[in-house]
Amino acid sequence: MTEKLKTILEQAGEELAKAGSLADAEALRVKLLGKKGQLTEILRSMKDYSPEERKTLGQAANEARAKIETMIAERTAELKKLAQEARFKAETLDVTEPGVSAVPGYKHLISLVIDDTIDFFSSMGYTIAEGPEIDTVHNNFDALNADPNHPSRDMTDTFYITDKVLLRTQTSDVQARVIAAQQPPIRLISPGRVFRCDTPDATHSPMFHQIEGLVVDEGITMADLKGVLDKYAKHLFGSHLATKFRPHHFPFTEPSAEMDVECFKCGGKGCNICKGSGWIEILGCGMVHPNVLKFGDYDTEKYTGFAFGIGVERIAMLKYGIDDMRLLYENDIRFISQFR
Amino acid sequence: MLVPIKWLREYTDVNVPVDKWVDGMVLSGTNLESVEYWHKGISGVVVGQILSIEPHPNAGKLVVCQVNVGQEEPVQIVTGADNMKEGDKVVVALDGAHIPGPLHGKPKNPDGEIIRAGELRGVVSNGMMCGCQELGFPDKIVPVRDKDGLWILDDECFVPGTDIVEALGIEEPTVDFEITPNRPDCLAMLGVARESAATFGTKLRYPETVCAKVAPEESKDYIQVEIRKPELCPRYCCRVIKDIKIAQSPWWMQRSLMLAGMRPINNIVDITNYVMLEYGQPLHAFDIRTVRGGKIIVDTAKNGDKFTTLDGVERELSDSILMINDAERPIAIAGIMGGLDSEIEADTNMVLVESANFSGDCIRAGSRKLNHRTEASGRFEKGIDPNLAKDACDRFCYLVELLGAGTVLTGDVDCYPEPAKPAVTRVRASRINKVIGIDIPVQQMVSYLNALEIKTEVDGDVITCTAPTVRQDLHIEEDYVEEVARMYGYDKIPVTLPKGSIAGGLTAEQKYRVMVKDTLRALGFSEIMTYSFVSPKAVDKVNERENSYFRQFVKLINPLGEDTSVMRTMLLPGMMEVLGTNMSRNIPAVRFFELGNTFIDVPDRKEPELPTEKYSLCLGLFGEKENFYTLKGAVEQLLRAAGIREPEYRAEKFDKRFHPGRCAAIECGIYSLGAMGQVHPEVCAAYGIDQPVYAAEIDFEMLKELADISVRYTPLPKFPAMSRDFAMVVKEEIEVGKLEELIKKTAGDLLESVTLFDVYRGANIPEGSKSVAFNLSYRAADRTLKEAEVSEINTGVLKALKDRFDAVLREM
Repeated sequence: MTEKLKTILEQAGEELAKAGSLADAEALRVKLLGKKGQLTEILRSMKDYSPEERKTLGQAANEARAKIETMIAERTAELKKLAQEARFKAETLDVTEPGVSAVPGYKHLISLVIDDTIDFFSSMGYTIAEGPEIDTVHNNFDALNADPNHPSRDMTDTFYITDKVLLRTQTSDVQARVIAAQQPPIRLISPGRVFRCDTPDATHSPMFHQIEGLVVDEGITMADLKGVLDKYAKHLFGSHLATKFRPHHFPFTEPSAEMDVECFKCGGKGCNICKGSGWIEILGCGMVHPNVLKFGDYDTEKYTGFAFGIGVERIAMLKYGIDDMRLLYENDIRFISQFR
Repeated sequence: MLVPIKWLREYTDVNVPVDKWVDGMVLSGTNLESVEYWHKGISGVVVGQILSIEPHPNAGKLVVCQVNVGQEEPVQIVTGADNMKEGDKVVVALDGAHIPGPLHGKPKNPDGEIIRAGELRGVVSNGMMCGCQELGFPDKIVPVRDKDGLWILDDECFVPGTDIVEALGIEEPTVDFEITPNRPDCLAMLGVARESAATFGTKLRYPETVCAKVAPEESKDYIQVEIRKPELCPRYCCRVIKDIKIAQSPWWMQRSLMLAGMRPINNIVDITNYVMLEYGQPLHAFDIRTVRGGKIIVDTAKNGDKFTTLDGVERELSDSILMINDAERPIAIAGIMGGLDSEIEADTNMVLVESANFSGDCIRAGSRKLNHRTEASGRFEKGIDPNLAKDACDRFCYLVELLGAGTVLTGDVDCYPEPAKPAVTRVRASRINKVIGIDIPVQQMVSYLNALEIKTEVDGDVITCTAPTVRQDLHIEEDYVEEVARMYGYDKIPVTLPKGSIAGGLTAEQKYRVMVKDTLRALGFSEIMTYSFVSPKAVDKVNERENSYFRQFVKLINPLGEDTSVMRTMLLPGMMEVLGTNMSRNIPAVRFFELGNTFIDVPDRKEPELPTEKYSLCLGLFGEKENFYTLKGAVEQLLRAAGIREPEYRAEKFDKRFHPGRCAAIECGIYSLGAMGQVHPEVCAAYGIDQPVYAAEIDFEMLKELADISVRYTPLPKFPAMSRDFAMVVKEEIEVGKLEELIKKTAGDLLESVTLFDVYRGANIPEGSKSVAFNLSYRAADRTLKEAEVSEINTGVLKALKDRFDAVLREM
């Protein structure tokens, strides 16, 4: 009996060592410990022995069982580990192969600049005003204090639909619309398309985009104008760059100014981008002319305001060193997908 | 405005280096265009005097000159030029000299030219005699006499051997300023000098205008002036000069004109131009022999009159054109151009010089009518102070006397019925400070204004300002805000932010657009932007039907060309163009969208004077992996995000933009949202596209209108769902959508969802039929469903499908 147990144990050890798979190990478990297993048989045959013998034999058999169970468990764990290793090996991937994903689309560069500007100004409490691309001569010129003989009104400069309706030449027309429709306080920007009679080439386009800004409230000063636009220029091109305001002339502002920003390429030393001057002209601005405010019946003693206008294409081209404006409207995906 | 610094010094001191001076001018409001240095690239060039000219032994077209260049021995130079004679002073580039070029008859070398001694056809030549252009002067400013040969320096100031830069006096640059339209006074040396004096605190010196000696005869004995249209000619001032001697101007005058961009011609013309550049006042000189009857009559022309101007062109006149007439006939078009008959000739002995003021609007209209602009007309259009006329006239006479070009008669004839009065404006110092955001004392403002020759009277806070009449831009308080601000310096104004805060951000509609664009990008679509104007043929190109709504074009009166002559009514043509461009560049696959305005020639609802303008949304794609259903998938996702809860897709066979078997009308209830499908091969062909492309055009305004983007929360289900799958065979032409519709209708409220999960054609399925497999999920919100009740419903569904569509259940 004891011999038998010993043999079973030895055999179990040998067979387990030979078991190459979890299934083999399981089969062995059934063969030894299952309902009809060898060890179970032995335990069953114990009833033929005397109680003393039974006691010792039972103890030996249980020990053998425990041993076998441990051996099987160990072997199983080992086999599991091997199986996992094998699986990992089989499943190993070339991680340098390209990934698979849904490819997202890109914003157009013009939208990128406009949205960036919208984010900047809306965070400061500005609303976004929009106006039609086809507008009246009144909104585009008259209400903006443009001289009735100003050459920009000529058919060589402006596209007309009728003698009173045109393709707007500036987003400033939205100023006229807002001032006619609403009372201060006003803080808005107005991005949009504008049109001028220019044949397309590297630096001209008959259609381009502008962003207009208008602030009217009590106590608005030129210092405020400088503050807001200096912040905006730094947002666009870099917080370390200085700005410079020069007097200029626009019919709808008085005083008027142009803002230059220190050349972001050379930092002001002079290069091909800034044409050696160290400064780049960015936008036109000024204090809203009282002749413009009067179209809204504003109390000009109480309210003052500033306005500015910026060319989106110009900013985009400067910022990324694009030398041909036509690329913006050609919509080659290899161009579009470079900007985000 | 071209400002030669050396000339400017006549009127005010420039005490700082030119770059600092320019910076100061820019900050006070005179904006820089560019700076031109004339002496750059010139070295080793001197004044020479030709001692002798001998024929070249071996070349008929060349001559051998001995030239005194201030050295002991003359220099021998061979030249092909023929406009010089012995004794002439010329420009000599010695051996090793640098000149900017271009050399005569050669293209311009950006690095300039080096002159070397050498042999020309066997004769030694130790340098080169130069033309004016060879020193880098642009052709259009070269003195008329020396345009086509050597530059003959016949002024006494030139001494042989002197370095040419020093001799010409061109060490200082010309600064080109951008003059804004509100400051025509700065289109004159005196105007720029006034700005410079105010900016740098220097003194302004006015030119000398009083002749030392005048002839006893009086101008008025020779001429009488009558202005018949005083509203068009506020002032006509003139003087008479006799014993005219036409000659070259002295070099100092030629230099001033050349460096200011004008070509020297002869003394009388040059003085006219010189005074125009000094004061901004155009002058005109008539040969008095041609002024019949001793009369000048300023009046408008008659329609249909003809007149030949001094350029020899006969021009047709109209009653909007102002003319200078003598007693019998017109002799000049006022402010635009003189007549051929009254031009100064070589034998002109007596001259009438006109210094008049004409209405800018009148000159603009006339010059537009004649389609002819001149330096003078441009200046009148921009506006000239009538008070300048007499000074300019006197200055002309002074210079005639100075140059010995004639003898000035006594007095003038000055017809000036209503002298221009200076504008007086009351401004408040407190207001100026308030608008600028500074706090400077009244006295400081006054000193800024006085420096600009604005007279001031101070009464407490109020400054009463009298602007010089040359400053036609100073009328209202704000104009003075600018004067103070720019003199104070924009750079010194502090930097602040507006006080107070108000709510901002995007409107719901703007956010909706952002959301749609974000969704499309997430679906792989990149944004494109195309022109708002197109060719009217664009709709033909996309097969749009006759009489279509999309043919109601808004037309431009003055388009750049046919291709951009109408406003777009739809975005598909632009999209096709872009798809074609990308395809032609071998790009394998793209997904694009454009969200942009379209225009229909129907009065806008809110602003009937304007056409209807509305957003449209276009999707377009091509690529190996793309097909109708990839586009449809994108459209479905888009509409879901855009808040269209139950869009319907109806087969559309008659929209010729698309493949008749692969086009769906997109609808929502009774409304049409647009169309999508495979673009018709004919349309593709029109854009040079030879592979399938798919597109959709969606009425964005309608989309927005129908959108329901509110969020309605439904609690998660508490009871399990029960699922039934089945496949059935139906005829090919039965649309899946119809089956779904019937399933939903028959199954009733307990049906939670129906999902098509397979469509199969091929083995075991009869030709002309297809197998479609659905999953139906049933659920009740308040209990667990029983097998039996679901089976009963499902059986009903299958029966209905069988009855209606002859659908045969397939073994799963």
